[in-house]
Amino acid sequence: MKITRRRFLELGVVATASAAVLPVPTLAQGAGPRVVVVGGGFAGASCARGLRHVDPRIAVTLIEASPTFTACPFSNGVIAGLRELSAQQFTYEHVAADGITIARQLATAMDVPGKAVVLLDGRRVPYDRLVLAPGIDIRWGALPGYDEPTAAQMPHAWKAGEQTLLLRRQLEAMDDGGLVVISAPANPFRCPPGPYERASLIAHYLKTKKPKSKLLVLDAKDTFSKQRLFQSAWAELYPGLLEWVPLSKGGNVTSVDGATRTLVTDFGKHQAKVANVIPPQKAGRIAELAGVADRSGWCPIDPVTFESKLQPGIHVIGDAAIAGAMPKSAFAANSQAKTCAAAVALLLTGGTPPTPKLINTCYSLVAPDYGISVAGVYAPSNGQLADVPGSGGVSPSDAPRASRAAEAVLAEAWFRTITGEVFG
Amino acid sequence: MPRVVAAAIGALSIAVAVVASAEPPAGAVSCSGCHPASAKVTSPVPRLAGQDRAAIVRAMQDFRSGQRAGTVMDRIAKGFTDDEIQALADWFAAQK
Repeated sequence: MKITRRRFLELGVVATASAAVLPVPTLAQGAGPRVVVVGGGFAGASCARGLRHVDPRIAVTLIEASPTFTACPFSNGVIAGLRELSAQQFTYEHVAADGITIARQLATAMDVPGKAVVLLDGRRVPYDRLVLAPGIDIRWGALPGYDEPTAAQMPHAWKAGEQTLLLRRQLEAMDDGGLVVISAPANPFRCPPGPYERASLIAHYLKTKKPKSKLLVLDAKDTFSKQRLFQSAWAELYPGLLEWVPLSKGGNVTSVDGATRTLVTDFGKHQAKVANVIPPQKAGRIAELAGVADRSGWCPIDPVTFESKLQPGIHVIGDAAIAGAMPKSAFAANSQAKTCAAAVALLLTGGTPPTPKLINTCYSLVAPDYGISVAGVYAPSNGQLADVPGSGGVSPSDAPRASRAAEAVLAEAWFRTITGEVFG
Repeated sequence: MPRVVAAAIGALSIAVAVVASAEPPAGAVSCSGCHPASAKVTSPVPRLAGQDRAAIVRAMQDFRSGQRAGTVMDRIAKGFTDDEIQALADWFAAQK
C-alpha cells in the first residue's frame, strides 16, 4: 500500500517527538527519506533548500567541494573591470542553516545499484533519491590544441573564478592597439547569450581604455541568442571595434596554439594579443559516472520530475540537463531546481507530481547602462520542455534607450534577488 | 464492510486533495527568480507574497493583453491561462 503524504507527515511528527525525548541526534534525520544533491550552484543549492522548504522531514545532504560559490552571471562585468570578483562570491552558511548537511568534498564515484555517492575521501553518502546539479565540464581536447595548460595562456573564463581574473589581467596588460579574439562554440553550451555579452563588455572596456584595439568574435555558429539586439547595439556603440565572424564567413575555430595565442580557422589564422577560447562543453563529470549522460555528453530528463531517462531515482537539473527549449541559464537552473524539489518530495511520499510550468529570464548587458533580455515560459510537451506557444521573446528591437537603461537596472536587481534566494 | 472501505477511501481522497492544494500552482516557484521572496532583498521588482489577489489577476491580464507595458512580464504573462493566473493570484495572496 502506498503511504500517503499525510501518513508520512504523521510518522515524521512521531519521529521528531521521540527525538525530543531521547537525545539521539541522528534519530529524527534517520526517520526521513534521504536526498543527496551534488553541486552547490544555482541549481543544486536552490534544490537542497527547496527540498527542506517543501518537506522539512527530508534529510538533505549537499555535496560541494568548494567553500565559496563564484557566480557566472555578471562575471563578464568583472572581466571588463566594472565589478570585483568578490561581488560574485557567496558562501553556504545560510544553506547549512536550513538544516542541510554540507559535505565539503568532491564526489568522485557513484554506486548506482547501492544508491550511494562516493566522496574523494572514500566516504559513502547513501540516498533514497539523488539530484545531480554538476553544471558543466570543459570538453578538453575537443578543440585541437585546447587543453588545461593552454587555458592558462588562452583563458576560457567559462567557470567563474581564477579564469575570470586571468582574462581581466590579460586585457589590462595589453597595449592599446592589440587584437582581442573571442572564440564562441557551437550549441549547446552554458549561457547562450554569454559570449556576446562578454564581447560587448570587452568592447566597452577597449573603447574607454584602449580605443585603438580591435575585438574579433570567431563563431562556430551563424545565429545566436538575442542576435538582432546585440548586432544593432554593436553598430551603435562599437562601430569598427567589434567584428563578429559567423561560421559561414570562416568563424569556426578548428585548432588553437597556446604558445603563440593563435586561433586557426578554415579560412586562415588569427594571432591574438588576448585570446578567450570558449570551448565545447558537457555535463559535469559526476553525470557521466552516474550513467545519466548520453552520447551528447548531456543528460536527458523527464520534463515533469527532472528524473533521468537513463537512471531511475536520479534527477538532473541545471546546465547538465537536456531541458528542451530551456536555455542553460542560472534563472532556468533555479526554476528547475524548485520544480524538481517539489517533484522529489512528492515522489518520496508516493505522490504524483503535477505538470509544471517553468520560466526563464536572461538579461545581458551590451554596455553598463544598456540591458537587453530574453524571457520564456515552458511546459512539458512530447517528453520535452517546450515553449508555451505565444509566450516569451526578446526585448523590442525599437525600444528607446530609457528602456535599455531600465533593463540594465533590472538585470542587477535580478542578480541580487536570485543570489539572495539561493545563498541568502 | 464495503461501505466502510468506500468511506475510508473517500476520506483519504479528501485528505490527499487538501494536501495537494498546498502545492504551489504551475509556474509559481519560478516567480521568485525576479520577485524577491525575502523582504531583505532590495529590488524595483515587487514582492508577490501577500499582494491583493485581484491586483495580481489584473496585472497579469493587462500584461498579457498588452494594455500594460512591461519589460519582461508582457512576454511571460502570455504563457499563462486565465485559470493559471487565478491559481497564482490565490497562492501569492495567501502568502505572508
